[in-house]
Parts: sequence; structure tokens; C-alpha cells
Amino acid sequence: MSTKKTSKSKKAAKAAPKKRSNSEATPATEEMLKLYRQMLMIRRFEEKAGQLYGMGLVGGFCHLYIGQEAVVTGISSVQEPQDTVVTTYRDHAHMLACGMDPRGIMAELTGRIDGYSRGKGGSMHMFSREKGFFGGHGIVGAGTAIGTGLGFAHKYRGDGGVAIGYMGDGAANQGQVAECYNMAALWDLPVLFVIENNKYGMGTSVERSSAGELYKRGIGYGIPGEQVDGMDVFTVQAAARQALGYIRSGGGPYILEVMTYRYRGHSMSDPAQYRSKEEVASYKENKDPITTLKAMMETAGIAEEDLKAIDKDIKEIVGNAAEFAKNSPEPPPEDLWTDVLVEV
Amino acid sequence: MPTNILMPALSPTMTEGNLAKWLKAEGDSVESGDVIAEIETDKATMEVEAVDDGILGKILVAEGTEGVAVNTPIAILLEEGETANDSGEPSAEAPAPSTAETPQESAPTPQSNNNATQPTGAIVQNRDIFHAQGVIIEPPPFDEAAFFTDTYDVTVRDALRDAMAEEMRADKDVYLMGEEVAEYQGAYKVSQGLLDEFGETRVIDTPITEHGFAGLAVGSAMNGLKPIVEFMTFNFAMQAMDHIINSAAKTLYMAGGQLGCQIVFRGPNGAATRVGAQHSQCYASWYAHVPGLHVLAPWSAADAKGLLKAAIRDPNPVVFLENEMLYGETFACPSDEDFVIPIGRAKIEREGADVTIVAYSIMVGKALQAAETLAEQGIDAEVINLRTIRPLDRHTVLESVKKTNRIVCAEESWPFAGIGSEIAALIGEHAFDYLDAPLARVCAADVPLPYAANLEKLALPQVEHIVEAARKVCYAD
Repeated sequence: MSTKKTSKSKKAAKAAPKKRSNSEATPATEEMLKLYRQMLMIRRFEEKAGQLYGMGLVGGFCHLYIGQEAVVTGISSVQEPQDTVVTTYRDHAHMLACGMDPRGIMAELTGRIDGYSRGKGGSMHMFSREKGFFGGHGIVGAGTAIGTGLGFAHKYRGDGGVAIGYMGDGAANQGQVAECYNMAALWDLPVLFVIENNKYGMGTSVERSSAGELYKRGIGYGIPGEQVDGMDVFTVQAAARQALGYIRSGGGPYILEVMTYRYRGHSMSDPAQYRSKEEVASYKENKDPITTLKAMMETAGIAEEDLKAIDKDIKEIVGNAAEFAKNSPEPPPEDLWTDVLVEV
Repeated sequence: MPTNILMPALSPTMTEGNLAKWLKAEGDSVESGDVIAEIETDKATMEVEAVDDGILGKILVAEGTEGVAVNTPIAILLEEGETANDSGEPSAEAPAPSTAETPQESAPTPQSNNNATQPTGAIVQNRDIFHAQGVIIEPPPFDEAAFFTDTYDVTVRDALRDAMAEEMRADKDVYLMGEEVAEYQGAYKVSQGLLDEFGETRVIDTPITEHGFAGLAVGSAMNGLKPIVEFMTFNFAMQAMDHIINSAAKTLYMAGGQLGCQIVFRGPNGAATRVGAQHSQCYASWYAHVPGLHVLAPWSAADAKGLLKAAIRDPNPVVFLENEMLYGETFACPSDEDFVIPIGRAKIEREGADVTIVAYSIMVGKALQAAETLAEQGIDAEVINLRTIRPLDRHTVLESVKKTNRIVCAEESWPFAGIGSEIAALIGEHAFDYLDAPLARVCAADVPLPYAANLEKLALPQVEHIVEAARKVCYAD
């Protein structure tokens, strides 16, 4: 697993990240099981969401996270309860990783009253203040500015929290992302910018859309950046642990470019003709984050039954979520008129 | 138990497709995520992946079949040891979203079972919603005269500053951010002295980066702070429009009421003097178009102070449209720090019997001047200062028109889809039978604002235009 790093500016140099050990040491069994469970939960949830979409139970756009599970799983495994998270619209996994209830998420996908937004947000617009999840945004790049503001509030209040702002490789080209790098660095805001580089912004490859390296885009602002293998959950975890430590110790913002891959199309209706079947198959066969971790656990001697028990449990949770989401009522007509403004 | 694999929809508009190819045969074992078939629509060929593990028991729709309806069972998936003929084989009927799996027959009002921890949405009965439902309601009550027993003379500029200072003293979550608000003391000196009193953590100079700092401020509001964002002019807020509308105005609704955004976007709006088209636009109708925003436009110093305090305390996102030409004007303003003007209440600045003139911001002063001229000509005009653009105080406007039977709308905005157009719609819908003359609008000329002094004067609505319009609706000529 290759990690590239850049921290050339004077500011970065003052607290240059130390070289760290990565996943070469065998992690604890419990940790492996925890991460396996989280990744599997995301995959099964997304497969089920895709199935419900296929049945016409989920409407509109539906962007699945399958293939990218190691990214949010690795990062969320080392975040603190006071931290906050925001992302763009490929967001179901981030909600699950924040500890949001799969039933509430699935019920939002089906547009029902028990969804996190009472059926008024949909796949791209869910929030949980309680779990520190601030969306779910439909506008590419806007979530990064929101995330920078979450970080601003952490610093203003001095609550020790870090804002984790996820964006895709496509969002990295938005002008406001550069604006936010500038302000975050200028004001030493506790923000971890995570670029989930899955190689394609919808149908346009990174090579065709982005000059230079995304993780180096902070250099001019003095923000250290690092590119890591996002198909290996322990690599992601180690990078996130170090980045969050750097931010929490007052270093200011940090950019983590996580190289990953989505197996499905951009959204459900994307036939993905801009990439070869061989490319997709190669990731699935050789780089799959869940298969990789499973092999690691087998080597570590974790019993097959333990994994099967997790599989079964998750299948049940996801199945229950789907049933819950199918059976929850649609919002009542009067809900059309609520929540436009807070009544004073 | 055997389960049906259904013909999937690939988009919300797809109703049928062709089953192009089976990639698994009957008897093959499949794992979740395996591609089992390819289907075609008129737009694309897509792969169908298995969602569950099992054995492909029976193929119900052969490859090459065209026009397969969405949700038609195309195969049966078995668990180990089952056969396709096992009892419990699913029926070939496509499951609809409301299958009878859970009794729902006696549910007149759907109730949340609260299993997914979820705060209930705010119960909102705001004025716009009442209006959309065909209800005209009275404005919030306010005994304004009581506050005017003790006043001080102050410029609009300093009244705005005083409002911010008082609210910042009262609530440490309130902060001010914008270009030149701190060390420069405000591009128009509105934030004079605030840096000294509140320090650099609460009075923050930003880079010239409207899109970014507007979004940042919205994020901080979601995380519990109460930002006041100053735009050097609202012309620059076009850069930030996405965050004002998509991030601030829509979030409460999209979140089902659990996450809002307490934020004020303020700054000068409309024309100044000789600054050309890009620095001179009035944005009132742009923002007033959007559900989820409050839009305020003060005229006097009392308006400025009382409305800005209301805006800062409002849990909703507020667009606060000031006017550079008014900053230096002095008015009497109540001294009481509790002078907070309710959002959604207009003020009758001058009572009259013959014609109603509705105005906001700088046009209120021009309307009052016009009323003086009209009085000399024997026409008794009533002047309404809207103060709040959204939610519009429809009640006050309608009651006035029912009294005078004639109305002129004066604004510095362009005519097309302006606030005057909204007033016209209101009158047409609710006071049609009261009118003795067609409504008249006084607006800016429908051109980008020119630089040349003579053309600029021609483009902007002047006192004499209001006088002319009022005389016209009174058939005085």
C-alpha cells in the first residue's frame, strides 16, 4: 500500500506528521471484527437499497457506496464522539458509520414518515444532530464549505471537536473548496478534508477533469496532504488516526486523499460505459476491502463461524430495515406545510 | 424460503425492459453482488446483481424476452436444500409497495412508531403558509408607539451597529463575519467599534471569498452558532447564492425539522450613486421568492435597529437588505433595548384616505415626499412601509386598499416579477372588487443601471414618478 505525502510549507513543517507504522502489524481480533462488521453493514445495506430501488420503492437518485466501504469505516473508527461529519450525496455509508439507525435511513430512502427527515429529504438529504451528521448535501462542493463551518464552530466553542468533511474527486475542482482550504488554513480550523477519489466524477475520469494531484492542492495554503490506499481499511484507519491527531494538537486542517473505487454506476441509472468491465472486475477480485479483511482474519485464525454469525446478524438488521422502510406510512398530507420555517 | 428475483427499475421513469442475457444458469449458486443477468432499456444495458446468497432455482423469464414489466419475477432464488416446488414458493404477482404484510387498514393519519429515534418536526404555522392556504391573517401585535416615548437621534449606520452590539452582548454565540468588518471597521463603517469591544474571535475579517464564507457561516450555524454575515453589497452575494438558498433556506425542510440554520445575511442592496450596473441591483424579489427565508428591508434607523435585532434572534435564515444611501440619514430611534420589531408587520408611516402607496427601503422616504406633494395638490395618500418583504404583511396592505380603493407600489427593483408584481397579485386575488382604478407600479427602468449621471437618474424611480402614478390612479389629470 503506497502512501504519498506532502507537507512542504512552513506551517506544515512546524508540525510535520511523523512517519507512522501502518497495517503491517496484525491488529487485534476485536478491531478486525468491528471493522468487518461495519463494512459488511454498509455493503449489505447498499445492496438492499439498490434492490428496493429496482422495485420502485426508492425514487429519484440513489448513489451507492459499494466498493468504497473501507474509507468511511477506517476514518470513523478513529473519530471522537464530539467530532462532526458532512459529505455529499453518496451518503448512506457515512450515516451508518456515524451510528444512525439503518431503519431510519432506509425509511427515508422509501420516503416514509419514519425516515430521518420524515420522508422530506430522501437519499441525498438526511441529518442527525445527535450523531453529529450534518448531511447529505446535493450540491457538489457545498458540503465542504459546510464542513469548514462545522470546524469553525468547534474552534469558536473550544469543544475539542474536529469536522470531517468528505468530498469526491469531482468536488475537489469546485472553486469553493479552494476558498475553504484558504480559510481553514488561515484560521487554523480543525477540519479533516477527505477526498474520496473513486476515479470518476460521474462519467468523467479524474485524468480528464483534474490537473495535478488532489492531495497536493493544499500545498499553497500550507495544508499537509496525503494520498492513501482506500481499499485497505487499516491503511485508512492509520492515516486518519494520524491526521486527526495532527488536527487535534492544533496543527490546523489536513487533506487526506483516499484512493478508492465504486463498483456500481454513479447512480442507479448509470450504465457505466466510461470504464471497462475488466477494470471493475479487477477491483472486485483483487482489491475488495471486505475480501481483503476477511483473508486477513482467516490468517489470524478467526473462526469461520464468527464471521458467519456477523453475516447472519447483518442480513437480519438490513432485512428488518427494509421491512421497516416498506411498512412505515407515507408522511401525512399536512406535513407538506411543516418545517419550512421555525415558528417563533 | 424461496424468494423472487424481480425485474428491476433502473430509473424512476423505467416501466419495462428487455432481458438480454442470463449470466447464471438454473442450479448455479450465487452470492450477494454477483452479476446474474443483463437487461436493456432504450438508454442502456445494465447488469442485475444478486442481493441475497442462494441458488438460482428457476428462471421464469427466458433471455431474449422483450418488454418485461418492472417488478415482474424473473427468477426464483432458493436457499440450500430447497427446490423451486417447495411450498412457500412466492406468488408470481409483483409485490407492490403496499403489500399486505403489515396491516395498515385503520390508519387515517399515519403515525410514527418512533422506532428510528427521530425528533418530531417543528409545528409551523408561518404567515406564508397561511397565505398559500388562502388565509389572510393579521400581523403580529406590536405597540410601537409606546417605545417612541423615549428616543435618541441616530443614523441608520449606527443603529445597525447598536443592534449588533446589543445582541452580541446578550448572546456569545452571535458573531459577525465579512469583508472589512473588523480592522477596517466596515466598508461602510457599519461595524465601527465592534472589533474593539468583541475581539477578533467574534468580529472576523474574511478574505474576498463570498461563496466560501457564506457556506462556512451556514455550517457554523448548523453546529450551533448564530452568524451575522455581512456582504459588502448584495451584488456580491450572487456568488454565495447557492449557500443562501440550498444550504440555509432548504435545510430545515429537508431535515424534517430537526436541523435548522440561525443566520443573518446583511448588507447594502440596490443602487448607490454612479457605481454602474454590477454594483446596483435590488435583490428583494430574488430572495422573497424562496420558501424558508425571511426577507427584511428597513428604511429608518428605528426599522434598522428593531428589525436587525429581530433578525439576529430569529431561528430562521434571514436576508436583511440595507441601503447605502440611507446609512447616513438620521432618525429618532427608541432607546429601549427591547425595541424589537416583529417580523411580518408593516408600518403605516402616514395615514391617508385617497390612495395607498406601498414601499420598502429607500422608496419609503420618496413615497413620504410624494405624499407631501400630493397633499398640496389635494390628494391624501397613505404610505405603507412594508419592512418585511417575506412574510409579507398582506393584511395591512389589503385593509388600506379597502379603505382608499387605489394603490401604487413603489420599489427600486426592476418591474418584471418584482415585489410590486406580488402586491398586484395580492390585490387581484383579494381586493379586486375594492379597486376604483387599475394598480400602478413605480419601478426602476428595465435596463442594467447606466453610469452616466443623467441616464442613472432616468433609470431610478423618483419622487415625481410616484406623484404621477398616484395622480393617475386617482384620475386627477
